[in-house]
Amino acid sequence: MIPLIYNEWLKMVRKKRIWVITLILLVLIPIFTYAQFRTIQQTVAEMGTSDWRALLQQQIIDQQNRLSSSRLPEEWRDWIKLSIQQQQYYLDHDINPTAPGAPTFVRKFIEESVSLFLPLLVVVLAADIVSSEHTAGTIKSLLTRPVQRWKVLLSKYLALLLSISVLMMITAILSYLISGVIFGYQGWNMPVLTGFQEQNGQLITSFVHLVPQWKYILMAYGLAWFTCVAVGTLSFMVSVLVRGTAASMGVMLAAVISGSLLAQLAPTWSMLKYFAFTHLRLTDYLSGKPILIEGMSLSFSILVLSVWSILAILIAFITFQRRDVLA
Amino acid sequence: MTNPTTLLSVSNLTKKIGKREIVHNLNFNVQPGEVYGFLGPNGAGKTTTIRMLVGLIRPTAGTIQINGYDLQRQFIPAIRQIGCIVENPELYPYLTGMENMRLFARMMKNVSQTKIDEVIRLVELDQRVHDLVKTYSLGMKQRLGIAQALLGDPKLLILDEPTNGLDPAGIRELRTFIRMLATEKGISVFVSSHILNEVQLLCDRVAIIHHGRIVKTGPVSDLIDQHPQVEWTVDEWEQAQTYFKSLPYITTIQKRAHNILRVQMPLEKIAETNAKLLQEQLHVVGIRPYQQTLEDIFLAMTGGQTDDSANL
Repeated sequence: MIPLIYNEWLKMVRKKRIWVITLILLVLIPIFTYAQFRTIQQTVAEMGTSDWRALLQQQIIDQQNRLSSSRLPEEWRDWIKLSIQQQQYYLDHDINPTAPGAPTFVRKFIEESVSLFLPLLVVVLAADIVSSEHTAGTIKSLLTRPVQRWKVLLSKYLALLLSISVLMMITAILSYLISGVIFGYQGWNMPVLTGFQEQNGQLITSFVHLVPQWKYILMAYGLAWFTCVAVGTLSFMVSVLVRGTAASMGVMLAAVISGSLLAQLAPTWSMLKYFAFTHLRLTDYLSGKPILIEGMSLSFSILVLSVWSILAILIAFITFQRRDVLA
Repeated sequence: MTNPTTLLSVSNLTKKIGKREIVHNLNFNVQPGEVYGFLGPNGAGKTTTIRMLVGLIRPTAGTIQINGYDLQRQFIPAIRQIGCIVENPELYPYLTGMENMRLFARMMKNVSQTKIDEVIRLVELDQRVHDLVKTYSLGMKQRLGIAQALLGDPKLLILDEPTNGLDPAGIRELRTFIRMLATEKGISVFVSSHILNEVQLLCDRVAIIHHGRIVKTGPVSDLIDQHPQVEWTVDEWEQAQTYFKSLPYITTIQKRAHNILRVQMPLEKIAETNAKLLQEQLHVVGIRPYQQTLEDIFLAMTGGQTDDSANL
């Protein structure tokens, strides 16, 4: 099995996919870093103070003003109320939620990129892993070897998991190194709040506790890794089912993007919670950001993603094992 | 029924896709050390058959035995006997020749670097083996394709239209190489082709496939000598045609150009026929044994009917 995984890894590296993705990160992370920097500067300038307590106070007032607008839909009203509660908690406990520093950027970056940016990169990695062998015809060279078909496919899947893990590591390392240039490299031990729970539109703070930021980042990356593996597994299935690389990438991009759009467009449609791509923001459960769709919790999200992934693997392997290689 | 030394034995092989029957009830055997031709026009079912032989397509019915192993039930030991190129030599263009070879070697057991070097020398690619495959010419890709097919010391080499896209020199080279493999290394070679001449020059035995059915199997010499044809160029072609009809050894007569008649007859009767035509005061301008094509054989078998749906 190891030689087969090595083969797939070699293709992945020599096709320069990993390098393209590293390059994308190298271009985008400085832009995000700068954007973050500008936002902080801007708020400081507007408030006429660098005092974060005043900033937080102002944000709470802003949100309360939005609440008084009568045109606000009911779902948004709940959402804003919850987020005011949470900010109040930070204020009462003397915790600066935006305290700059590279680790804070690493944390924020993964929280923001887990719903769309990272899944898109994973799709780029995974979408052609099987379909490209069909497009190039090399599938014929692979399947006429003394190796069972399912082993060929498994080696591809494991190589994909490996490259997703490498992608996460590259993301973490690059976002730390690059953002540190502006924000400084300290702040691993800064306490971060977690353990928020939501029940009937109320933010339950009884389980809220402080963890050092490094621990929080580890948990967030773990959840993001899970999200990416689920997206990768679904792309993998599509790559088996659809023969063209362009088509399989298109299908997956559409699915990922519509998942994140639907959650915002129709949060009251409860069927959405059975759709895999509305569950990508696993890190929101850590940070206590209110979830748009009702009835979702961390364990439910993980369950939905797992069920989809297992089904995708079954479909991929059964199809691949049985299919005639015609073209 | 199966000879114990038979290397490849195909019986009652059928493939249906949807309602369409692509190949129907194929039966043939390939013996050790022989070059076996699989001849048929495009769309006859050659590629489908070859893909079944190498395990890419599941047969709807029938069995394939390779060196005694059933391909369906004992895939791994059966496929180990085979090296193949299906259509084009499918290689990874972004890897070097050597990297491709090592990649395929890792998918088999016990292929040493010595073996890789040996097959690369055999196909005379040692000069360019460390260059990326995308810089190779088609001929070089073809040779690397053969090298990867030979990696596992196969007993049977399966080549699908191997001369496609090669120039005449490349075709001749390939032919010599295939014959060398059969005679010196004792490897059986199964080659598909749609060109009669190619099969004639290369193969010992042949199976002819048309519309998914095997029309004929047998030694190549049988096939060709059975229906030799001669083209006569005669000014008074109408009289010549009438005269030919009276000769017992002439079976079919076809008019080609305005004064050319193509007749099926034994070659040793040419001189005799020519003399007779002269006696009849007919001006023979040219006599030429005709190089048969695949269509001619089909035509002869169907008794001159051009209708493709004839019971071949």
